[in-house]
Amino acid sequence: MARSPLSIGRFLLIFISWWLIWAFLQTILLLGFGLQFGLALSDSIVSNTLVALSCGFVSNNLQYYLPKKERYWYILFLSIGLTILITIACKGILVPLLSRLDPGYTNFFSRSWAVRFDIIFLQVGCMTILSVLWYSSEEEQQQLQRKTDAERLAKEAELFKLRQQLAPHFLFNSLNSISALIVSRPEQARKMIQQLSDFLRSNLKEEEQQSVLLAEELQYLELYLDIEKVRFGHRLSTEIHRDEDSLVMTLPPMLLQPIVENAIKFGLYDTTESVTISIDARSEDNHLVISVTNPFDPDTSRPKQGAGFGLTSIQRRLYLLFARGDLLQTRIDGNIFTAIVRIPQHMTTTPT
Amino acid sequence: MIKAIIIDDEPLARMIVQEYLQTWSQITVVQECGDGFEGIKAIQQHHPDLIFLDIQMPKINGFEMLELVEDPPAVIFTTAFDEYAIRAFENHAVDYLLKPFTKQRFDKAIGKWLDQYTAAQAAAGAQNAADPRVASGTPAAGTSAPAGSSSPSPDDGPTISSGEKTRQLLETAAHSPAQQQRIVVKTGGKIKIIPVEDIHYLEASDDYVKIHTHNGAFLKNKTMNYFEQVLDPTHFVRTHRSYILNVQQVTRIDPYEKDSHLCILQSGAAVPVSKSGYVKLKAVLGL
Repeated sequence: MARSPLSIGRFLLIFISWWLIWAFLQTILLLGFGLQFGLALSDSIVSNTLVALSCGFVSNNLQYYLPKKERYWYILFLSIGLTILITIACKGILVPLLSRLDPGYTNFFSRSWAVRFDIIFLQVGCMTILSVLWYSSEEEQQQLQRKTDAERLAKEAELFKLRQQLAPHFLFNSLNSISALIVSRPEQARKMIQQLSDFLRSNLKEEEQQSVLLAEELQYLELYLDIEKVRFGHRLSTEIHRDEDSLVMTLPPMLLQPIVENAIKFGLYDTTESVTISIDARSEDNHLVISVTNPFDPDTSRPKQGAGFGLTSIQRRLYLLFARGDLLQTRIDGNIFTAIVRIPQHMTTTPT
Repeated sequence: MIKAIIIDDEPLARMIVQEYLQTWSQITVVQECGDGFEGIKAIQQHHPDLIFLDIQMPKINGFEMLELVEDPPAVIFTTAFDEYAIRAFENHAVDYLLKPFTKQRFDKAIGKWLDQYTAAQAAAGAQNAADPRVASGTPAAGTSAPAGSSSPSPDDGPTISSGEKTRQLLETAAHSPAQQQRIVVKTGGKIKIIPVEDIHYLEASDDYVKIHTHNGAFLKNKTMNYFEQVLDPTHFVRTHRSYILNVQQVTRIDPYEKDSHLCILQSGAAVPVSKSGYVKLKAVLGL
C-alpha cells in the first residue's frame, strides 16, 4: 500500500506552512472588511484549522480507498460533502463565540458564507485531487517495481533452467567418457579430468562479476568445446577467429556460453554428421560483435520465428542490460544457423 | 549365441559397454549404432535379444526409436538422464544404467536379464516340445508376463515379457517433454518427425489414428485416448469421439444438425464437434 504523503516529514512541513499562510491571508482579508483584529484572527484560525483537519482526513483516507477511473464522481461528492460539513461547523463554532464580542458578526457571517463555501470547496477539492494523483502514481510505481522484480526473477529462473538442462547431462556424460578412456588411453583420461576440472572451476567463480574479458570467456569456451570433442570424437570440429582489438573488450558473464551451448545442442547433439561450430569475434564501431555458427537438422528441429532456438532469454537479458532489442540477430542459410550478438562497449572498460 | 546391439551417439560410451561385455562371452555385439535411425535398421536386420540404448540421441530419442520398432527386444538403458526422470521407467525396462556406471553394476544388470532370458528360453523349449507349430528358433518366450495383463493375440505370446514391458515403458515415456512436441511416424519405410504445431487434426481410423498435417495424412498405431492425454490440452481438443483438433487451425465453427457443430479449419477441412466437444472447445477458445 502506498504511503500517505503526510507521513513524509518534508510534505508535512509544506502542508502546515500552507495553512499558516492561508490563515495569515484570511486574517488580512477580514481586516480589510473592517473586522477587529481579534475577531479576524480567531475566525481565520478556526476555519483554517477545520479545513486543514478535513484535508488531512481526506488525504489519509484515500490511502485505503482509491477510486477507480470511472468513479471519479466520488471525489466530487466527497469534496462537496466535506465543504458543507466544514461550513456548518464554522458557523456553529464562530457565530456563538464571536457574536458575543461583536453583535455585527452574525450578520457578517451570513453575508460571507457563500464566499467561504467556495474557497473551502476549492481547497478541499485541490487536496483531494492531489492525493488521488499522489496515490495513483505511487501505485503505478509499485506495480512497475513488482513487474520488473517478476521479470528479473523469471529471467534468472530461465537462465538457471537452461544451465540445469545442459550442465548435469554434460557432466555425467563427460565422466562416462573418462571412465571409458581410463583403461585404453589413460593419458587422455587424465587430460580430460584436468579440462573438466578447469571448466567447473571457472563455472563456479564466474557468477558475481559484472563483465568479463572476451579473452577469458573464449578460453573458457575452448575448454568446454575440447571436452565435447573428446566425447564426440572426430564428429566435432571448431573454428575460433578473433581480431586483436576484440580480445580486450568485455561482455556480460554467462551470455556467450548459453549461445555456444545452444549451438552445441542443436548442432552436435541433434545431428548425426560431422559438424563445424565456429565462433567469430570482432570489434566494430565500439561494439563487440560475436557470431556463432552451427549446422542444424531441419527435419527434427526448426528455428522458431524471431530469436529462434531458445535464444529468447538471451535477447531478453540483452534488452534488460542495454535497453536495446536489436543486439541479438539470427540468420538461417540452408541448414546453417548463425546467432550474432552485438555488445556495446562503455567508457568504463576492463574489469580489474 | 546371444545377440546384442549398442545404440549410443558417443563412441566412448559404446566403447565402455563393449569393454564390460568382454567377460560375457555368450553375448556378442552384432552392431554399434550412433543414432536411432541406424538402431531401427540394425534391429530389423539382426533381431537382437538385447539392446543397450541411450535416451538422448540425435534426431529421435531412445523412446521414440523404440516406438517405431515392431517387437522391440529387451532393453537396458545406458543414460545420463537424470535419475528422477528415469525412475518412472524403473519397472518397465529390464534395467537402466546411469552413466558413469561400474563393471559391478553392469554385471548385475546383465545377470538379472540373463536369468529372465534363460528362464524364458527354457519355457519356450518346453512349449515348443508340446506344440510343434511354434518355430523352434523363437527367442524370449513370456513366462513372466504379469498375471491378468491384457495380452493381445496368442501370436504375440512368445515376446510378451520384454514386449509388454517395453509397451508399458513407452506409455510412460510419452509424457516426457520431447514427446509432447512432436510425433514420430513411419511412412513407406521412412521415418518422419511431425512437430505438433503442424498437426491440423487427428482422426480415429480403426486401430490407428490418422494424423492430418500440411504434408498429408499419416497413420500411427495408437489410440485417441493416448493422444488426448499426451498432447497439450490448451492447443488440442477432443471435439468428438473420433476427432482431436488443433485449435490454432480453427477458422470458424458452424452449427450442424441438432446439438452438433462443424469446425472449419484453415485447410478447409470440416471436423465434427459433438455437444460435449463444443463445450470443451468453447472453454479452450475462451468463448
